[in-house]
Amino acid sequence: MKKTLLFPAYYLGTILPRLFHALGEVFIFIGDIIRYGIKPPFRFKLILEQMEFIGVNSLFIILLSGAFTGMVFVFQTGQAFFKFNAETITGSVVAIALGRELAPVLTALMITGRAGSAMAAQIGTMRVTQQIDALVALRVEPINYLVVPRVIASICMFPLMTGIFDMVGMLGGYFVGVGLLDINKGAFITNIEWYVRPDDIMSGLIKAFFFGFIASAICCYKGYFTTNGTRGVGLATTQAVVISFVSILISDYFLTVLLYNHA
Amino acid sequence: MLEIKNLSKSFGKQKVLDGLNLICKKHETTVIIGRSGEGKSVLLKHFIGLLRPDSGSVLVEGTDITKLHDKGLKKIRARFGYLFQDSALFDFFNVYENVSFPLREHTSLTEPQIREIVKTKLELVGLPNVENKKVHELSGGMRKRVGLARAIVLDPEIILYDEPTTGLDPVMTDAIGELIQKTQKELNITTILISHDISSTFKIADKIALLYEGKIILEGNKEEFTANTNPIVRQFLEGTCHGPMRMAL
Ligand SMILES: Nc1ncnc2c1ncn2[C@@H]1O[C@H](COP(=O)(O)OP(=O)(O)O)[C@@H](O)[C@H]1O
Ligand SMILES: [Mg+2]
Repeated sequence: MKKTLLFPAYYLGTILPRLFHALGEVFIFIGDIIRYGIKPPFRFKLILEQMEFIGVNSLFIILLSGAFTGMVFVFQTGQAFFKFNAETITGSVVAIALGRELAPVLTALMITGRAGSAMAAQIGTMRVTQQIDALVALRVEPINYLVVPRVIASICMFPLMTGIFDMVGMLGGYFVGVGLLDINKGAFITNIEWYVRPDDIMSGLIKAFFFGFIASAICCYKGYFTTNGTRGVGLATTQAVVISFVSILISDYFLTVLLYNHA
Repeated sequence: MLEIKNLSKSFGKQKVLDGLNLICKKHETTVIIGRSGEGKSVLLKHFIGLLRPDSGSVLVEGTDITKLHDKGLKKIRARFGYLFQDSALFDFFNVYENVSFPLREHTSLTEPQIREIVKTKLELVGLPNVENKKVHELSGGMRKRVGLARAIVLDPEIILYDEPTTGLDPVMTDAIGELIQKTQKELNITTILISHDISSTFKIADKIALLYEGKIILEGNKEEFTANTNPIVRQFLEGTCHGPMRMAL
């Protein structure tokens, strides 16, 4: 009885300090990323390698998921719009939904699942096998060497992949809308030109930039502070992906409010 | 000279080092022995500031490195070579890239010059022609040797070895022991080494220090150790589980 009554107090007393401690660590880590990111040496070769890993190697899954997302979205909304003879606006609705939400969010989730988990696992393995200690002993800043290139590559590649997702999504949507649902080709396109503004696409790319930063920082953070040997690496990887996913979805809401509340 | 004064270090509630004192003389080989889990690696990491103590000081030629930050620490670390317990080779690099890494980071040598130095160091550790091997293709003994080549590639004044022979067969253990002695003599350096292996310790040590329950309970040369009657020392030297030393489980 007493215990249940005290539960909220217990909760506040133990969980909150830990949460604040973790948050503090994250902010210090982000500060370090910026500090070592603007200080030489600038590691262009490592950045390019990471860009290849994060971007180029994700191309296929982005093409595939982009195309099918556009296709299913047109299929669903197109059928609904037919009911009140507004099917010609399907294209513009899908373009706006893709540009503002679906492309940046789904791209971020896909790349994080693939490349973010690898970041946490690689850096975590380096931590538990003392390779990070070895970097320090050899006077190489681990944040500068391991984390900064991954973060820079992510904030470049997340928007680029989002743009590609937009394009193949629209192509897939056009294929289903015009080819399958028989929406008038001219009207489908004219409506896109009429209703979709460059802002709708741009804002999605801005979101992708932030998602890239958030996901890569979280995944590197989780890897960097891995403890408890190889079991810890598995745990760090899982947590990195879960926390990144949740953070992407939560920050998406706030970015949306910031980007659109004046429109 | 390296001097550790009153060093204490805890992880959470676990007190690992408890007011430890130790002196390692220049150009000598100091061997630190002790059971596993006793805190030997923790102690070694304090020499180059990989861990910060809760209290106490670590003096390198009179400079207290526990008071130093980024720049000062880097200067001190430049004088050390560190062979980690599990070699800590970079697994995304091959052997050549591992050994040449410090040269690339800290010198402006040309590629042919780097190639030449790497070749010399790999020959010194008895591993010619392995430059293109991947890390996961190497045996435990080869890894230690490559780790040593990487540690000495910038010609340090002091080398720290964390269990260079653990997990190796007796022949390889002896070979690495001789390699450490050879490195010590040829480069005229200061060696600090962690070991479990009593016979190779007696062979190469100028001074032996026994770590027990967070303190160095005996420092001295081979003769002083063999003559000592402290039951804990006897138990460790004889390698028996019967005695006052509790088992670390
Ligand atoms: N970074 C760390 N965090 C928490 N505990 C640690 C850490 N490093 C070492 N320890 C603990 O300190 C003790 C001594 O470890 P270590 O120095 O590795 O022993 P050994 O003498 O075998 O080298 C062990 O119980 C280990 O669990
Ligand atoms: Mg150890």
